[in-house]
Amino acid sequence: MMKKLMLATAVAACAAGSIAQAESLRWARAGDALTLDPHAQNEGPTSALLHQIMEPLVMRDMSGAMVPALATSWAPSEENPNVWVFNLREGVKYHDGADFDSEDVVFSLNRAMTPDSDYKELLASVKEVRAAGPMTVEIETDGPNPIMPNNLTNMFIMDKDWAEANNAVKVQDFEGGEETFAARNANGTGSYKLVSREPDVKTVLTANADYWGSGEFPMQVQDVVFTPIQNQATRIAALLSGEVDFIQDVPVQDLQRVAAASDLKVITAPQNRVIFFGMNQGDDDLAADDVEGKNPLADKRVRMAMNMAINREAIKKVVMRDQSIPAGIAMPPFVNGWTKELDVVPETDNEKAKAMMSEAGYEDGFSIRLDCPNDRYINDEAICQAAVGMLAQIGVKVQLDAKPKAQHFPLISNLETDFYMLGWGVPTYDSEYIFNFLVHTKGEKYGSWNGTRFSNPEIDAKIEALASETALDNRNQMIAEIWQVVQDEQLYIPIHHQVLNWGMSNKIDTIVAPDDAAKFKYFKLN
Amino acid sequence: MIDSLQRAWRSDFLWSFSRSPVAVVSFLVVLVMVLGAVLAPWIAPHNPFDPATLNLMNGFSSPMEPNAFTGDVFWLGTDDQGRDVFSTILYGMRISLFVGFTAVLFAMVLGISLGLLAGYVGGWVETIIMRVADVQLTFPAILVAMLIFGIAKGFTPVHLRDQMAIWVLIIAIGLSDWVQFARVVRGATLVEKNKEYIQAAKLNGRKPLGIMSLHILPNVLSPVLVIATISLALAIISEATLSFLGVGAPPTQPSLGTLIRIGQGYLFSGEWWILFYPAVTLLVLALSVNLLGDWLRDALNPKLR
Repeated sequence: MMKKLMLATAVAACAAGSIAQAESLRWARAGDALTLDPHAQNEGPTSALLHQIMEPLVMRDMSGAMVPALATSWAPSEENPNVWVFNLREGVKYHDGADFDSEDVVFSLNRAMTPDSDYKELLASVKEVRAAGPMTVEIETDGPNPIMPNNLTNMFIMDKDWAEANNAVKVQDFEGGEETFAARNANGTGSYKLVSREPDVKTVLTANADYWGSGEFPMQVQDVVFTPIQNQATRIAALLSGEVDFIQDVPVQDLQRVAAASDLKVITAPQNRVIFFGMNQGDDDLAADDVEGKNPLADKRVRMAMNMAINREAIKKVVMRDQSIPAGIAMPPFVNGWTKELDVVPETDNEKAKAMMSEAGYEDGFSIRLDCPNDRYINDEAICQAAVGMLAQIGVKVQLDAKPKAQHFPLISNLETDFYMLGWGVPTYDSEYIFNFLVHTKGEKYGSWNGTRFSNPEIDAKIEALASETALDNRNQMIAEIWQVVQDEQLYIPIHHQVLNWGMSNKIDTIVAPDDAAKFKYFKLN
Repeated sequence: MIDSLQRAWRSDFLWSFSRSPVAVVSFLVVLVMVLGAVLAPWIAPHNPFDPATLNLMNGFSSPMEPNAFTGDVFWLGTDDQGRDVFSTILYGMRISLFVGFTAVLFAMVLGISLGLLAGYVGGWVETIIMRVADVQLTFPAILVAMLIFGIAKGFTPVHLRDQMAIWVLIIAIGLSDWVQFARVVRGATLVEKNKEYIQAAKLNGRKPLGIMSLHILPNVLSPVLVIATISLALAIISEATLSFLGVGAPPTQPSLGTLIRIGQGYLFSGEWWILFYPAVTLLVLALSVNLLGDWLRDALNPKLR
């Protein structure tokens, strides 16, 4: 009798377990979202998590196409070419039950334009955001801006009343180490509600029953449990043992192992992201080098020599195991402005590089610190280590300082590093986005991730003019001219374009999003 | 000289050593490893600490098999950066042994001085020293070492960080380890300081410093030697642990712990040699030193004979 009872209980437990499992999805990746404040950090994993909870006006679906989200339609105004009109979706509610309307959009976009916001570059050309009715918003720019909607795909909308009630009107100063209510809590209109969050440990989401898109999207995942697992071996072990269902960054050395497992699969696609090194060329003297009184990186020949010393093919073959596309320019191939000619991978030539070093007066080389993240990009620390070896060949002795991204990124935005690794994804698919953040002089509205200290007023003016240039040929001509300067100046040392490898249980049915942001409302479960 | 050597040869100490196969074997193993580490620049096929000599294309070569790109053959394979694992083990052992020996020496000097002082002077000096020791004992040694390491890293200038890392490690491990020495020495000093020969020395007008160093110290040294040997094994493991956690030796100068950390990322992909050989080396090294310490404890303890 006892035995029977136990058996029955066991069967019941199994059944309950499998039902619960079919609906919940356990998700892991190397690093956590840095904050939940939607405008504090413009960073891939941060927006990837926020996309589940909050929504922009327009967004990109899993294939990268622009689709309506909180706006149902948008078009330039017929009366004024400088104005874009967005018609908002009716009947949308926030997770706390509040109604969504144009007031929230005006509030959120204005919030995203404040100096602490990391999205201000995307709205730099905006003159005014105004409500033209409860469900209509007008965005007026300094001149006609043809790609305005492209800039809004990660621009999340938050409830004005909620922000005011919770002291979250001001954007969190992430670099300054500020903690706010909005950094730990979120109230969006998105497909999933935040249940609980412990930064760097665990975040739990559950499906939003009142979601406007319930009929439109599969919405088969009921609960999402997100666990950041930094260690590669632990992450892959968690997938292999069935402890998690989906990891976004399969270590390249384990691709075969995952593909060979009968209940797992790997899906692959090139990512809209480029990995590169930045160098401080603007300061008179560097803190992180051993040269006194001058800045070796200010000399273009040194930067070119360093660029020449990097053997991208070897990094691709050994460090990335063919899971990368070597790059000659700090721009992914998806982006408007990219050409094959610009992306030609520089030849590795140590002899020539050494000759340039001695021409610049550094025949004995110099030593410098390289700051590198160790939980952000695929094999980031190993790439940096490989670069240490390659740069040593031309006499540049590099001390590697690898640390988690939460400590690494503020070094760049606070200008506390002279030589650093950064990756850049381009959600707008346009060069302007790269220029605004990485090339324009660092200031109030532009250049927040330009750690090179590069500053050229002529280029700045050209970048600012891009936003209102409507003649497409002209605009593309300007983009090409700016890239020419960036390349001639050797502003950055591009390494490669990443290839995404998502590893998951066979029960999941999805495609790889080129921006590496898995949006679970699109996921189907078998 | 010859006379004293002969005396040593006839002593119990050597007799007991030659009668203990475990001691002989572990001594030989330690000797070979120390020699390998000391002579690394001459016997290692290349210098893995010099990034300029590395060829990334040699990365992940399997042991004894020619590399797919370069055709080079490595006895124990290469790691992810193309460093020869055999050379890296030799150089890594240099760091492990150097850090181990120096840290124990540091802990020993500190512990003996404080222990002698506490035991001989007594009073509030003793109270302060021993309470500090008690408090420190309540923290795990590795935690103390990490704390010291973290603080020191904040103070070292950036461009000196790599060179300083080893010394910071030594101080961190040494500071986390002095308590044992201090406690043993204090205990032994308390026993010795009331004996007649100390009274005699005092009456002869010897200063306290002389009494402590010339009269008490030699008599409390044998338990110290035993602790030192066992601490050496622990210090080597502490260094490996710190490096494994990524807070020890810089990544461009891998010690055994760093190699194990690198290797564990490649376990699932079948590149076992990056982890396996350094781990075995660390195991054999720590085990031999420990066994040697065990034998020493037995040999110096008359009650166990």
